[in-house]
Formats: sequence, C-alpha cells, structure tokens
Amino acid sequence: MDPIYLASVSDPATYVGWGWLSVSIPNLIVILVMIALFVLAIVLPFPNGRDKS
Amino acid sequence: MNPESPIPAVQPDSTPGESPAGVRPPPATEVPDDREENAGTWTGGLRRAWMAKLPPDKLLPERQPAYVASWIYIFGVATLAAFLVIIATGLVLAFTGPAWYHTSSLGLFTNSMHFWSVQLFFVFMVVHLWGKFWMAAWRGRRVMTWITGVVAFLASIGTAFTGYLVQTNFDSQWISFEAKDGLNAVGIGAFFNVANLGQMLLLHACLLPLVVGVIVVWHVLLVRLRGVVPPIDAVDKEVSTASLTGDSVSEARP
Amino acid sequence: MSTRTADRKKSAKGTDIASREWKGPWRRYDIIKEGVIAIVVVSILTVLLAGLFSSPDEPALTFQGWATSAPDNFYATAVQELAGTSTSASYGPPYNTVGEGISVGPLAPQKWFGVTHPVDAANDFVITPLRTQGQSADVTDALATWDAASADQQTAWATDYDTALTDAEGDATAVADGDYGPVPVLAQGLTDIAAAGVLDGILISQGGFYQTDFTKQVLFLGDGSYLDDAATAANLQGSTWGMMNETGSYPGQAWLWLYSFWYQIPQFNSDNPDDYLTSHADAIIFYIMALLSLVLIFLPYIPGLRSIPRWIPLHRLIWRDYYRTQAKSLAP
Repeated sequence: MDPIYLASVSDPATYVGWGWLSVSIPNLIVILVMIALFVLAIVLPFPNGRDKS
Repeated sequence: MNPESPIPAVQPDSTPGESPAGVRPPPATEVPDDREENAGTWTGGLRRAWMAKLPPDKLLPERQPAYVASWIYIFGVATLAAFLVIIATGLVLAFTGPAWYHTSSLGLFTNSMHFWSVQLFFVFMVVHLWGKFWMAAWRGRRVMTWITGVVAFLASIGTAFTGYLVQTNFDSQWISFEAKDGLNAVGIGAFFNVANLGQMLLLHACLLPLVVGVIVVWHVLLVRLRGVVPPIDAVDKEVSTASLTGDSVSEARP
Repeated sequence: MSTRTADRKKSAKGTDIASREWKGPWRRYDIIKEGVIAIVVVSILTVLLAGLFSSPDEPALTFQGWATSAPDNFYATAVQELAGTSTSASYGPPYNTVGEGISVGPLAPQKWFGVTHPVDAANDFVITPLRTQGQSADVTDALATWDAASADQQTAWATDYDTALTDAEGDATAVADGDYGPVPVLAQGLTDIAAAGVLDGILISQGGFYQTDFTKQVLFLGDGSYLDDAATAANLQGSTWGMMNETGSYPGQAWLWLYSFWYQIPQFNSDNPDDYLTSHADAIIFYIMALLSLVLIFLPYIPGLRSIPRWIPLHRLIWRDYYRTQAKSLAP
C-alpha cells in the first residue's frame, strides 16, 4: 500500500500570459500547430494529379 | 399429357412466355430491379431510392472534381482516422476496465495513445472546420452537411468530457467537482451526474461513441451524396455554354 | 444587387452550380487509398506521441491524505458538515432542499427535477460513518448524546462550534469555552478514522456492497481546502483558464477555450459573493455557450456571418489553381 498521499501534483506546466490571458505552453503549442497546419494547408501548393476531363 | 403432342423438353434457356401449345410456361424467374411488378416491396423501394441517390461509384468514387486540389482537404479524413484510433485504443481500455492503466505500463501506453489520438482528433477537426467555414461549404444544399459536422463537433466535446470524468484519478475528481455546478445550475445535473462513475463510464464507452459515430456516418454520406462544394463563383462547361446563349452566368454564391 | 436577381433566376432554372453535379473537369481520386494512408499516418503519429510524452495521471486524492496532511482543515470541514454551513450541506437541488440553487430571472431549472441525488451532509459524511465503525468510548458516548438531542439542539451545538472555531482561526485548542455538545468529539473521531484510512472505505461502500456513485465523496472532498489547494497548485481553477488546462506539462482541452473564456471576465469572477454576475456565472455562461453553439450550428442561415467567407476571400488562396484555369478558359 502506498504511503499516505500528500496533495502534491507533479509540477504544473509553464504558463505564459498577458494580464488576464494565461495559456500553458503545451496548450499554446497545440494552438500554434493548428494555426500552422491551417496556413500551410491553404498556402502550400498541391500536386496536380492526372486530369481526366 | 396428350400422347399425340409430345411435350418437347424445356430447354434451360428457353424464352419465358414461349411454350408449346397447351403447356403452361415455367414460372417466370424474378425480374431484375426496375420492373413495376416489384414496386410494392419496402426493400425494393429502399434499395432503388438508395441506388438512385448514392450508387456505388458515388459512394466509393475514383474521381473528384478538379478543383479539389488543396491540402486543406485532407483534414476531414485525418479527423476520421484519428476517430478510428480513438475507438481502437478505447476498446482496449474498455476491455481492461477504467483503473488498469494506473498499474500497468502497457495500460499507461494504451492510455497515452488514447489521450494523444484525442488531441490529434480535435486538432484535425478544428482545422477541417476552419477550412469549411472559409470555403462556405454549406452552399448548394449542403446545410445538413454543415449542421451534422457542427453537431458531431459538439457531441465529440461531450464525449471527451465524459472521458475526462472516468480517469479515476485527481483530474476526474476535480473536473467532476467543478463541472457539477454548471450542469446543476441548468437542471442537467439532476439526471447527468458527473460524479457517478458508472453512469459516466457507460456514456463514454458505449452511448456517446455510438451517437458520434452515427452523426459522423451521416455527415460522410452527405458529403458523398452532394459532392465536394465547388469554389465560390465557380463556372463549369454547362454554364459557359449557357452564357453563350445569353443566360446569366451561374455562380456558386455563399 | 443585380446578381441577387440573377441568383433567383438561376435557382428557378436550377443552374446553381453548387447544388448540382459538377460539369467541369475531374481528376483521378482513390478514396480507399486516401483513407488507408490517413489511418497509417495518424496511427504512427499517435504511437510516437504516446511513446515520447506518455499521458497525465495524477493519483486520486483520498480522505486519508486530507486528514493526514491538513487535519485542521478536515476537522473544521467536519464541523461545517454537522452545522450545515458547508457548501454541499447548503447546496440545494439536486442534493437537498436546503438551498435555492441558481435562477436567472424566471428561469430556475436547477429546481425543476427536485432532489435526485439526496445528500444529507451531517449524517452521510459524519454520523453514519462514525456509526459504521467501532469507535472509542468517548466517540460512542458522543454519538449517543447526538442521537438523543433534538434537531434544533444538534444545529445549535454545531453552528455555535463552527462560529467559535472560525473565530479561533481553525485552531481547536484556542476555541472559546461554550456549549458545543458532542460536536468536538465527533469531529475528532471522524478525523481519526479518516487519517487511519478507514473513512475512504466506508464512504465507498456506503453500507452496501456494489457502488459506482461517488457523489458523496466528491462533495465532501470539495467542501474543504485539500482538493481546492491541489487544483490551485495544478493551475486548474476556473478563473485562471483552468477549464482548458491539464495536470503536469500536458495539453488540456484547448477546444474549451471559449467556454473557459467567460470565467476570466472580472464581472464573472469577482471576490464579492453578492455580485449577481459572479454568483450566477455558472448558469449565465452555460446559456451564453448554448446560444453560441446554436449560432454555429445554424450559421448558414445567419445573414452577415455566412457572408464572411466572401468578404475575406481566403477561398481565393484555397482554390487558386481553379481560378487560374477558370480565368484562362473564359478569356476571349
């Protein structure tokens, strides 16, 4: 049986923020990845397959 | 039998309806689908309606309009793929029960796969949603495609929420403690008890994935049914021809 | 706009391109291959992420942990449960009828379904657990004294002691003299069995055998500071975007950003408990999010919003190849 569990969670993430806006680095990464994927998806050229009119 | 008119042997490929005099033709074999005689069956009706709207080559096409040429189009199928990984890892976790992963390293790995496939699922779904918004993809009778998509998004959030509640760890303690207030305030807490592990587990592992699955299937069938939405202000051959005859130029406007 | 008239004319003629089959050029497409590639790629990505980063799993808090690491707070909370002054004791529906719950104007759905998960804090959290377990003589006597007293007397003892304990800033040794009946002994008895790990087991079985409902445990745990402090340490409080955060260095539920956003607005999380928006935040914010969800669902029908893609033409980027060839084919 584990020893008595003391209320210590593992170290929380680092947070970045400006005033009331505060976001964890992991969440920020996820959000930036989403934005990056979207921008890249609409900007990167798409290889044109064989056309069949 | 009349001995003076011997009955010729009925050939297997004899034409129905033709027969020697006095001999009843063999029963007609069931005619293929489209005959009026079969119009009465529910099965035939349903099948014909389906085949008219979504025949196999539309359901599983080998071609798509040439304007479907952008990386933004991969995020729908990517979301679907993530959904399948979520289901697969979820099935393993369901088989082993909600506390297994706390004490098993394979369990923790499976839980990790479930966790990250959920993160990927929402990342891909949101990029897909952004793309569909900027393409005004609800045009051309595709409003239900949009609606089923958004409802699938909201249902997925609810499903994920029940997942967080059944982790049987500190996270689920805190989330259930906090979430109860919002739900109680609007009456939902009376029958949706976030602290009831049994209820949340069955919702998460059984009912809600089914609901999301049904909505997603409907959504995908609608995409196949209507086709991928054309570009805003698109014209095609038929319209170009029409414009030569003086009709207004067609546009696919939002 | 002349094009609007044109739209209506062409709808009548059925020449709206978007609603009929495409008559322009097609290209080869392998839907099965696309699906298989997607599944393979996403599976590999998942395995990589899981292998590299694992997943969060903070062990659940226990009453034993609470009574051992913060015994004064546990003791004070036990007193509040007896006094009926704890959050869950005075919550209202669906747990009890002591409180009114939240209503926004005439809308009071919290009361519509009544008490569906009955919780009697004093008995469920303190008296019954003490009765379930064989106790020392003084606790047994205290229980007898409690049972013999009227409900009013019980409340008087407990609320007096709750007030006195608060005045003594939670230090049971510094409480002023007064008539508190068996309350101090009962609270200490509960703290002792909690610290011994017995209370966790009692609460989980709740006098039965099978049990999957943790309502009582969650409510009791949340009445004190133990759960709250752990959440603060993990940055999970609602007023610091906690709804979208996760324990450890893991991404949370980023998709809850908008739901979490409203709780950051000072009007919804002021320190003044009498402030209307703050005290009704849970209901109001839920209604706001329900409304915004409906807006998103029915976006195609909302004028203005549905025209944003035309006003900000990102689609010209997405379909730039098509617009190039379209321009070419229509050129004189």
